[in-house]
Amino acid sequence: MRDHWIRAVALVAAVACPSAAQQPDAVIVLSDEQRDPRIALPEIRGPISSASAVDRFNDEVWKALEASGRLDIVPRSFYPRSAPRRPEDIQVDTKKMPKDPGARGLWLGGWAETPVIARYLVYGQIEDADGRLALQGYVADVSQESVEASYIFGKRYYSEANAVGARGMAFDFARDILKNLGLGEGLAGTRIYYVHRDEGDDRKEIWVMDYDGRNKQRITNYRSLCLTPAISPDGRRIAFTTFVEGVPEIYVHSLETGRRLQFYNQDASLNTTPSFAPDNSAIYFASSASGRSQIYRADPDGGNLRRVSYSRSLDVHPAVNPKTGAQIAFVSGASGMPQVYLMDSEGANRRRISGGGGDAVQPAWDPSGERLAFAWTRGYELGNYNIFLVDVASKRYTQLTHSRGRNDHPSFSPSGTHIVFASDRMGSTQIWSMRADGTQLRQLTSRGLNESPVWATR
Amino acid sequence: MRSKHSIILIAAAIFLTLFAFGCKKEAPPPPPPPPPPPPEAPAPTVSITAEPSSIERGKAARLTWSSTNAASAEMNQGIGAVATSGNREVFPTRSTEYTITVKNADGKSASASATVTVRAPPPPPPPPPPKPDLSEAFSDANIQDALFDYDKSDLRPDAQNVLRANGTAIKALLGDYPEAAFLLEGHCDERGTTEYNLALGDRRATAAMEFLVNLGVPASKLSKVSLGEERPVCTDEDESCYQRNRRAHLRLR
Repeated sequence: MRDHWIRAVALVAAVACPSAAQQPDAVIVLSDEQRDPRIALPEIRGPISSASAVDRFNDEVWKALEASGRLDIVPRSFYPRSAPRRPEDIQVDTKKMPKDPGARGLWLGGWAETPVIARYLVYGQIEDADGRLALQGYVADVSQESVEASYIFGKRYYSEANAVGARGMAFDFARDILKNLGLGEGLAGTRIYYVHRDEGDDRKEIWVMDYDGRNKQRITNYRSLCLTPAISPDGRRIAFTTFVEGVPEIYVHSLETGRRLQFYNQDASLNTTPSFAPDNSAIYFASSASGRSQIYRADPDGGNLRRVSYSRSLDVHPAVNPKTGAQIAFVSGASGMPQVYLMDSEGANRRRISGGGGDAVQPAWDPSGERLAFAWTRGYELGNYNIFLVDVASKRYTQLTHSRGRNDHPSFSPSGTHIVFASDRMGSTQIWSMRADGTQLRQLTSRGLNESPVWATR
Repeated sequence: MRSKHSIILIAAAIFLTLFAFGCKKEAPPPPPPPPPPPPEAPAPTVSITAEPSSIERGKAARLTWSSTNAASAEMNQGIGAVATSGNREVFPTRSTEYTITVKNADGKSASASATVTVRAPPPPPPPPPPKPDLSEAFSDANIQDALFDYDKSDLRPDAQNVLRANGTAIKALLGDYPEAAFLLEGHCDERGTTEYNLALGDRRATAAMEFLVNLGVPASKLSKVSLGEERPVCTDEDESCYQRNRRAHLRLR
């Protein structure tokens, strides 16, 4: 819905200002007037014996739905005192609905009307299932009058009766809620890979964390520099640049076994910035085999190498269109300061997509393959990047961050609703997430130095 | 006539003497004359020389000896029986007196000695002044960084001058240390981004390397690496620090 709205604004702007299509400096400023659907999320009850796991479950569902940025969750203080646990609990006789809003919890109207004024209600219950937890969860459209019409989905989930199990079950439930409401998959269950350096250390390793910054784990242990992580679209492999063997080259690891996979690096002083094709069938990367960095394509094991870009400038940091696989965004110094360019996957139709002026770097596609986020110093001093969004078809761009420090390396969440990026706005470089319109900023890391985040499906 | 008188006188003297002592008994008969001695073997003689008589330790001297009337010959210093005339080489480690003793058939002996004086070998020629360690020589060579403009990899005149001096210095080093090899690191200031700076640092290292090769530094002695913005020499946020970080840095490989 949000995407349609942005496109609508872009269309209006294009119609109102026909020359804007050739005018890359036209900036659309988005304001956030679009209303997210309101949802009520009363606590789901469970066995006393697993009270802390049940509490954790309720907490994580709330946070996951909140973090999706797609729902307006009504605060619990407005809710009636009770809520249905099963569809059979729902009362349909509106004439019997009490006047007291606090007593109307079993009527759909009790959630649809003031003071809650929700569109959707999440309900259900957790039971003990031979020492594990079993959730029967539901979502109802409370604007409907009958139980049948209000039913959106119901599903049974199981988990271990502990905090980790409850968190995972909450992620699954939240993802299904969002999916069934047509709001994408949300963020719960997605993970963010990034580069971490300890304070006072000069080594960098790849780490991963949950979408909310929890469960930070180290992925590599090369005691070297590991940079520019990229995750395959199937979530099974990670490629990155490492200096383990002296010169920067590309390593590929299985994320399932943790083992290094074969990737042949051609003989060059630099092989870097890998990017996977959407069908996982190829890796695009930059190599200086010709004497200066250019874009190449290879099979996932490095075989069938082919040079894609032929320029007299530095071409680096390819990003393959995740929808079509047919377009490569990349960074080139062809026009002086580095700018974001596009070409097709065979290297033809090179064209600049960023507006010139300053450094425009680090292109990252949104999942629709229609927009690119990138970091640009436009309007700021060198080195002071902000995150911009450009619509590839119209070349119109939007500034998402407005910070005087450095905000760079954007990466879209798999659902396209959010962007993760690195920022030193609070001093040291840390990883932040925001909605793709620049709102709902959250700081996800705080220790050491953390940079180059990439958002992956799992 | 005179002799007749003498004989008489002597005889008289003997008579008188015998008379004077009385005659206790009759005078014994004169002892038989001793048997004639067997014919004696002639005494042996021996002589020995050492040539040269003075040697350096580790060198040889030749002893040469000859004898007469010798039936056997023996040399001291653990050499033992030797021919009665002959020569041999000896390798004394310190000054040694060689004595040869010869005996004739009667066991009569004669000895002669020769001394071989052993000199300490001359002190080894003074070692040439020690060659400094390669890394020391390299740091003495006063190698400088070639500096670049922001986002640029072309060599400014000052960078070319630095590289010329560096090239002269490392060619001289290669004369003294043919095994030496060098690494050119390309670096960037922190204001770019990780990815673009890897490409830019690579280009800077390449530009500096090509320049050195054109000066005659063998390409086989040079390799390169881009460190992007990962290894700054300073972290201040000002142009003088940024400038120091935008560099091609030459080091020993």
